[in-house]
This record gives sequence, structure tokens and C-alpha cells, in this order.
Amino acid sequence: MKIADKFIEMIMAIIIFAAVVALIVGVAWLVGRLKSKTSDRLQGLVYILPVLVMLLAGLVWPAVLTIRQAFGGPTGDKGFTLHNFATVFKSPELLGPLLNTIVWVLAVPVLATVIGLAYAILVDRSRFEAFAKALIFLPMAISMVGASIIWKFVYDVRGPGQTQVGLFNAILTFFGADPVDFMQARGWNTFWLIIVMVWIQAGFAMTVLSAAIKAIPDDLIEAAKIDGTTGWRLFRFITLPSIRGSLVVVLTTVGIATLKVFDVVRTMTGGQFDTSVLALEFYNYSFRYFEYGTGAALAVILFILVLPIVIYNVVQMRKDA
Amino acid sequence: MLKSIAVTSSLTLAVLLSGCADTAETPNSPGAGTPASPGGTTAAGAFDCAPYEAFGDLKGTTVTVYTSIIAPEDQPHIDSWKPFEECTGVDVQYEGSKEFEAQLLVRVKGGNAPDIAYVPQPGLLQTLVKETGKVVEAPAETAANVDKHFDPAWKGYGSVDGKFYAAPLGANVKSYVWYSPKTFTEKGYEVPATWDDLMSLTQKIAADDANAKPWCAGFGSGDATGWPGTDWLEDMMLRTAGPDAYDKWVAHEIPFNDPQVATALDQAGAILKDPKFVNGGFGDVNSIATTTFQDGGQPILTGGCYMHRQASFYAANWPEGTKVAEDGDVWAFYLPSNNADEKPVLGGGEFVAAFADRPEVKAFQTYLSSAEWANEKAKSTPNGGWVSANKGLEIDNLVSPIDRLSAETLQDEKAVFRFDGSDMMPSKVGAGTFWKGMTDWITGKPTNETLDFIEQSWPQ
Repeated sequence: MKIADKFIEMIMAIIIFAAVVALIVGVAWLVGRLKSKTSDRLQGLVYILPVLVMLLAGLVWPAVLTIRQAFGGPTGDKGFTLHNFATVFKSPELLGPLLNTIVWVLAVPVLATVIGLAYAILVDRSRFEAFAKALIFLPMAISMVGASIIWKFVYDVRGPGQTQVGLFNAILTFFGADPVDFMQARGWNTFWLIIVMVWIQAGFAMTVLSAAIKAIPDDLIEAAKIDGTTGWRLFRFITLPSIRGSLVVVLTTVGIATLKVFDVVRTMTGGQFDTSVLALEFYNYSFRYFEYGTGAALAVILFILVLPIVIYNVVQMRKDA
Repeated sequence: MLKSIAVTSSLTLAVLLSGCADTAETPNSPGAGTPASPGGTTAAGAFDCAPYEAFGDLKGTTVTVYTSIIAPEDQPHIDSWKPFEECTGVDVQYEGSKEFEAQLLVRVKGGNAPDIAYVPQPGLLQTLVKETGKVVEAPAETAANVDKHFDPAWKGYGSVDGKFYAAPLGANVKSYVWYSPKTFTEKGYEVPATWDDLMSLTQKIAADDANAKPWCAGFGSGDATGWPGTDWLEDMMLRTAGPDAYDKWVAHEIPFNDPQVATALDQAGAILKDPKFVNGGFGDVNSIATTTFQDGGQPILTGGCYMHRQASFYAANWPEGTKVAEDGDVWAFYLPSNNADEKPVLGGGEFVAAFADRPEVKAFQTYLSSAEWANEKAKSTPNGGWVSANKGLEIDNLVSPIDRLSAETLQDEKAVFRFDGSDMMPSKVGAGTFWKGMTDWITGKPTNETLDFIEQSWPQ
């Protein structure tokens, strides 16, 4: 009964979607038949209009509202004030997450890219290439929350003298060292969390960079080798410049994903022990403390931080195109 | 805030547990006949439909209910509505969500409010009333039920600025210490009656058993880490400063870092921060912060520790086959107060807020606040794990011993009930800095710095 209802709903949705698309195409076709000078432009407009409307309603307008809320006091509905931004930069419990976010954004893309690149070069054209690639690519298939839970067990700690459940502490105590509470090691714990994100993202970096390396023309490399360029110099002057575009894409994509990091921190520490990040605090302020204004201010700061990366990415892509 | 979710999910275990934990006691409820199915299909004749006839003919109408209680805990709720649905012809539709707390306010503000929401915190009710203005005052019939069946404190928690909005629904008792009756008997320990007794017992255990610690504790609870710490402080506050000071503290009429609060926190610290007394089976004092509250008390079964202060709902966390009873593997005693004459009880519960004033919604609110519903709910929860502060709830209708103990504690004449303070404070404190503060405190931050930190975060 319920399943049948769901199917009817689904079929209806597909029919409505098809009807809307047919309507747009139909109107565009009619406009195209006008055969006046401007009909080509008009036709383009008809195609792009629905997208524009949806972008305005679904993205631009909410963004404007969020920016408005950010200047509207803690609850977001008071007049114009900079109070929320002052709160963010004055209170230690928000300044800490801001600094942590910066550490994340610097460390994760660089580490993930370096590891991914090194791995791609090492396994390139080796006998086990496919298998080795699959190994490092697998974590990509796991959700952030799933990965965090796995690593929570890896870092798990029990008191000295007791059976260690966590892998790392089991190894440490096997060699006679004292168990370490990784999540509570203030100053270091953010780094332990970053490892989880690198573990997830390195596979993505490796895949993209490996494809780029394979795309380098063989004659280019052969020519370099004939000239006596090998090893590090070959990598530095041939490989690296050839995959520059892919490197930028990987760095920026991972960078943007890292700015939004939320799941890892929420699952592993809940933002305790000084590990919180901006995206988590944004969620807390908006949906747990119901201070929509402060939450919006955090979202705006996050947006400003992500903007240069996006712009750089777009500029690079246009250069490549 | 998320603790209710954590609780709900932990209760999932209760269903698996029940077969063993509750030695198949048939609910011999008076007047109910034989409850053949757990669905509680009370014979229509035994149920009094009269109170709902006053709301007119409600046939064919619908009431939507939105809660944080998800499967399998939702089924007993749905079952408990059957007599009402049969009487009135109202169709009550259930919707449970794990993201209830985050979504409710958004839904109400967006004009997509449910008819009824089970709000698990008075603080959230306050926010809903003040921020949206869409909460409808409870009808007179509901208020009359609450006056008749509940301690006045409960009505206060369902009111905002003197107006009564939400009737209490379920309840839990937090002022419990879990222990093993077997081990206590073996070692000749007695359940302490006063705080001093408790401390001397603690010292005695520490001296007797070099391989274990008297106490276990766990503050970990995902992104709600720290809430068990707030319960400790609240229980101590009720014991060292008294219920009146507690009320003022929760309402911020005295600052969060008042000297009385420091005294209370230090009393908790006398146990929690003493490496001789904690943290049995897990490690040093710091391990409290990373041990989940579910794992917290488990070493009681393996001899790692002897006592674990945790709410009645912790019953669901014992492994399958554990007998939870006065003569069983584990049981709970009331966390004693400084002198035996006082009996402050810390607890929590849900409230029924309405966002529509249609007659069928009012009739349903009235039903949920009645003693008939409380008994019906008890009967339709065959595995236990539910209790209400409704004084019309007949204790015999509850199946599990710990539920009965909770109901007895709540109905005790001497008991002075106070609602979980962190659930009543502004969310930024109660679900934010208070949790964080307690986590920092247990990992080494001094009492005064912790309280100052929470005080400065209080919204102006």
C-alpha cells in the first residue's frame, strides 16, 4: 500500500518533470521559428531563464538573507549591527575554531596532494598498479561519518595496564610505551583529526593526478631522457609542469571540501578539547543555540574564506580551456 | 538537547533486553481485562469516552504528532492512542525524527508546524513560545488534568510567563546510583542513606579493593559530550544549596559562578576528580571525558568499579541477560542528600506543545494529560523503559522493576522534584558552554575558571 503510493508519487514526479522540460523546449522551438534577427538570442534566453529563476530562488536569495541575518544581531532580526562579527572575533570559543579551520585548510590539501602524488608516481606502471590504486581509493567510498567512527576506534584508549582496544595504543603499549589519549592531547588532537580527512581525500588526489601523469605524451618524456634528464629533474621540469592544471584542481577541490569539514569533528570529538571548526560552530549556533545571527555571521566568514579558492580555481580552468 | 536522542537510541536495546530483564510479569492491571495483545486494545467499554465528547464530533479529522522518539520506541506511543482514536474517530499520525530538535523551530518558523510536538526541554518550549508565537495555550480541560495529576512544579515547567502551554508527558529520574546488589552483599556494603555515608563507603571501597575503583563515570556522548557532567553538578546543587537556590541559579537570578555553585561542583569533584575514586575500568580522571555514558557503568558487572551515577534510562544499557532488580545483577539506589530528611529528585521529561487550536487537537492534548493515557501507555510498553510523573499512573501497570522504582520516586511525598537545569537554561549555555565547561573541568580546568567561562557565555 505504502510502497504503491511511493511509486505513484515517483511516477507523477517524473511526468511533471518531463512536462516542464517539454514546455521549455516547446516555447524555445516556437521562438526559434520566428526567424527574426533576435530570435537566436531569445531562444537562448528561454533556455536559460528557468535555471536563472531557480538559482535566484534557491541560492542567491537565501545567500542574501543569510548575509542580512549576519548583520542582524544574535537572533538575526534586529537592525543593522556588526555585533555578530565582533562576537566571533572577541570570544575565545569562536576564535579557536577559526584558527583550527585555517590549520585544516592549510594542512589537508597539501598533505592529501603530496601523498596522492607520491603514491601515483610510485605505483605508476608497476605490476600491482590497479590493486595498489584500489587500496588507497577505497576510503573514498566510505562516508565521512563512517571513516570517523573507524578512526575513533584506532585512537581509542584505555588506562595503563588494561587491554587496549585502539590499534595505535595497542602498538604503543606492545613496545612498552604508555598509552596516549589522542583526542585529549590538546594542540595535537586537531592533527590527529586531520589525518582522517587526508586518509579520505588522498585517494581522490591520487586518481586525478595519476590520470594526469598518464596523459603526459611519451615522446616528451623520451626527449627529456635523451637530453639526459632523469629522476628528480625529470619530475621537477617535465612531470610537474605538465600536470599543473590537475594539481590546482586537486588542491582547490580538497581545500573547499576541507573548509566545510564538519562530520569528522562532530563524530570524533563533538568539537570538545579545542578541536572545533567553523562549520561545526555554524551548525551549533544556528540549530542548537538558535542564535541564527551568529550562525549566519560564521557562514559569511566561511563564504569569504572559500571565495579566493573558488575564484582561483575558475581562473585556472578558464586558462586551461 | 541531543541527550534525548542518545537516550532513545540506547533504549533500542531495552527491547532486546526485556525478555530477560523483566521476569515475565503479567500486567494485572485492574479493570483492563486481559491485555491480549501488547497493542493494548482495551475493550471499548472499559474506556471512558465521555471527556472527549465535549469537543464535538471529531470523526474523520486528523492530528499530526512530531517527536524525537524513533523506532522501535514509537510503536508503544502509537498503540497508546488507540482508545482515543476508537472513541473519537480522530486519526493521529506519527512522525519521529532524530533531527527533531534542530528541525522543529525551522519548521514552525517556516509555517510547516505539526499539530502537536513532544518537546523534551522546557528551554526549547520557551524558545518556541517567544520566538515564533505560534504555540497555542493548553485548553482548560488539559490544565485541569495537570492540576489534578501532577506536582505543581511540572505545570510550571510547561508554562511560559505565567501562561500554561504544555502538559508533561513522560519522565525520567536522574538522581540514581547504579550498583551491583550481589557484590554489595558479598562485601557487606550497605546502600548509603546520607552523603557522608556515601563518602565513607567510597573510601572503604578504595581501601578494600586495590584492583578496582569505587566509581565509574563517562561524560562522552558524541557531540553532546559533557551532559552527564551537568547532571552531576545539578544533583550536587540541589543537595548543597537546596531547591530554591537551584531555581534561582537556573533562572540566572544568581550568577552561574556563584560561590554556592562552586561548593556544589567541588562536592562532585570530591568524587570525580580524585584519582583514588575514579575511573574504574577505564583509566585516570581524564578518561571520564572520552568514555561514553553508555559504556560508563559497564565495569560494575566485571568488578572494575562499584557505583555509577546515571539516570533511570541507563537500564537499557546493560547487556542482554543482566537482571535489573533489587536482588539482581544491577540495581539503582537514590543518590543520597546531605541529610536524610531531604529528598531532592533531579529528572527530565517531555511536554506536549500544540501549534493548532482545532477541537481534535485540544481533545488529544487532554487525552495525553489524563491518567487513563498514562496507564494505557504503561500497558502498551511491554518491554518497559517508560514512566510518567502522572500521579494517576498505577505502578502495577509498569512491567520493569526500574520503571516502578522511578514511578515510586516521582510519586514519593517527600520528594522535591526539579527539572534538569541544563534543559531549562538558554540553549547556548545548556547545550553549549555548560557541556563544554564540564568537559574542560573533568580534564583539569579548575572549578572557578570553569564557572567563570560558563557565566561569561550567558546571553545578555
